[in-house]
Amino acid sequence: MTTTLLRIATAGSVDDGKSTLVGRLLHDAKAILADSLDDIARTSAERGFGGETPALDLALVTDGLRAEREQGITIDVAYRYFSTANRSFILADCPGHVQYTRNTVTGASTADAAIVLVDARHGVLEQTRRHLGVLSLLRVPQLVVAVNKMDLVDWKEQRFSEIETQILDITAELGIKRTAVIPVSALNGDNIVDASAHSDWYAGPTLLGLLEALEPERGQGTARLDVQYVIRPQGALAPGLDAEQYRDFRGYSGTLADGELSVGDTVQIISNGQPATSTIKSIRNSHGEVTTALAGEAVLVELTGEIDIARGDTIIAGEPEVPVRQIEANICVLSPNKITAGQLVLIKHGTKVARAKVQSLDHVINVVDFSRSAATELQLNDLARITVRSSAALAVDEYQNSRTAGSFLLIDPNSGATLAAGIIEAQNAAA
Amino acid sequence: MTITVNAPSQARRSVLDELEAESIHIIREVLAEFENPGLLFSGGKDSVVVLHLLAKAVFPARVPIPVVHIDTGHNFGEVLKFRDQVVARYGLNLVVGSVQEYIDRGELTELPDGTRNRLQTRVLLDTIEANRFDVVFGGARRDEDKARAKERILSLRDEFGVWDPRNQRPEIWNLYNGRHAPGGHVRAFPISNWTERDIWAYINQEQIELPPIYFAHKRQVFERDGMWRAVTGVSLPAQGEIVSIRQVRYRTVGDASCTGAVLSAADTVPKVLDELALATVTERGATRADDRISAAGMEDRKTEGYF
Repeated sequence: MTTTLLRIATAGSVDDGKSTLVGRLLHDAKAILADSLDDIARTSAERGFGGETPALDLALVTDGLRAEREQGITIDVAYRYFSTANRSFILADCPGHVQYTRNTVTGASTADAAIVLVDARHGVLEQTRRHLGVLSLLRVPQLVVAVNKMDLVDWKEQRFSEIETQILDITAELGIKRTAVIPVSALNGDNIVDASAHSDWYAGPTLLGLLEALEPERGQGTARLDVQYVIRPQGALAPGLDAEQYRDFRGYSGTLADGELSVGDTVQIISNGQPATSTIKSIRNSHGEVTTALAGEAVLVELTGEIDIARGDTIIAGEPEVPVRQIEANICVLSPNKITAGQLVLIKHGTKVARAKVQSLDHVINVVDFSRSAATELQLNDLARITVRSSAALAVDEYQNSRTAGSFLLIDPNSGATLAAGIIEAQNAAA
Repeated sequence: MTITVNAPSQARRSVLDELEAESIHIIREVLAEFENPGLLFSGGKDSVVVLHLLAKAVFPARVPIPVVHIDTGHNFGEVLKFRDQVVARYGLNLVVGSVQEYIDRGELTELPDGTRNRLQTRVLLDTIEANRFDVVFGGARRDEDKARAKERILSLRDEFGVWDPRNQRPEIWNLYNGRHAPGGHVRAFPISNWTERDIWAYINQEQIELPPIYFAHKRQVFERDGMWRAVTGVSLPAQGEIVSIRQVRYRTVGDASCTGAVLSAADTVPKVLDELALATVTERGATRADDRISAAGMEDRKTEGYF
């Protein structure tokens, strides 16, 4: 059986016990080696963790930088790796307090699943709604809500059910399709890797059990290849290859974002020039020549005929798409620089970078209750609906159809800073 | 002659397939968006894997960028020989920044403990500047160290090569933004998400050649701080440290004056993989004396401009 990869993100604050949960997951999955465990044991003892009965402070597993250890806070997204018999996990641990939205967007943008923590004593807080709101905008395919510190509410089923009902009401309202709610105690390791002896009333999986069984969604839909890099070796061929065979070679490299692409497929090339069609002549993935490439593969394709294609152009199979210059999108502001209507920016969409203008600020979204209000400028961590006008036509799709075609960055043309992450929503036909 | 393989249509892609695709994507973005990239190449397994991925990313073209070796002067002979073979095989340009030359010219002073890892930083920054590299690829992985676990795939450095962990650019989806201030540069880490085990599994899958010191061999060693140190011109036993001949291998390849070996009988890649499955100590913990200075050893060096 092939081992598969799953990307997960955690959202929540130190107070919810997130660091302890991540530490517990890694510890119980045996991903912490002896020398790291020794460090944790030493620091736990120095700080007197556990009082009378010395214990391991598993939250230390996720502490990285000096300031974080000194101040007991987390500053930036940290990546952790662990694996089980049939799955490898990449865990993006997103801090809860500082720069919450910016960090969560960074950590969860590529996640197959996100874990949100709720403290069983406090139940659903404003912060929980904020976490769920951001994750719903990012359309993380699977949400897992870990109701933590169940030991502190005596593992009462009724308490868990109350919280579970509240959560499911919110996720239904937000249109989140897959939500699982699990009662856990990260401190004691209940229902994290091993099933708890305290929750006979809970029939669902443990946290790790759920993550192991999860089938990640991988780009379905129309085959789409944003051209990254045109390869024309001419004289500079890799050593050992036949110069005759590659004399006039011209290939287009990129990562197949969605769908499947096969030799012989008719494709449309979307560029700044006239729309063109061609046929796939050959495909190479990292293993060699293939007849069909799958979404997610880094490929090199040759097309039939003489067509002028450059980085930033898009090769699409199937129905013709109409590229657009004006886009309505939700953005998350990632930079301390304010964003105002009329501002000139760069847009990076796929592999294309084009000059663009913030046409209008349509409204700011309150991520707690999703209410809308008007705004004249946008600030760090704001979520807002805006309209962007691009100097180049872009082959966009809605984010819910394609994470690649439906996402973009706004970049400050002067400083080069990333200003905002954009999520393309259904386009208003009137626009 | 090309070999045609039919992709199994709904076969799940393996972990290595996904990691490899992500790395190639990053490499192609960097090659396309930067003016003048280089590849930091030590001959260690991680940089060898990055070079292998680079070659795949541009196939059938030749690797279009030079490899850069920051030479501490404390090398394992086998690794230098390997480096030169690789350079010849791929038809690469080699740029060497020599710590020894800096010391000979009096521009750097030997540290009291005789190790040179920390001295590399100045030479690395000068070499980047002299060659006008706006980006250098490196083989750093996030599972190596707590500070690296927080570093971005494209890591911005200012004109002093300094990494500012509190002010990192968010990295979202697979949209990389490598714009940087004039005078600064970018470090690109395409194998950030690989673990030590992934690297070895990939070396096994792709039959990638490594320097022989990665595999079990007999060597004169002495024990210091719980590590087996080779007897070389730059690493000699102190009084009371007993030299013996042991079967060892290296898990990392660094400055010979501070890299330790582990006792091992693993003389092939599959045996190394078996050994790793049972390993109880992290790669750097087992083999890097300089990482044992403090819990923040790597963070401190990185903020000074270290790789």
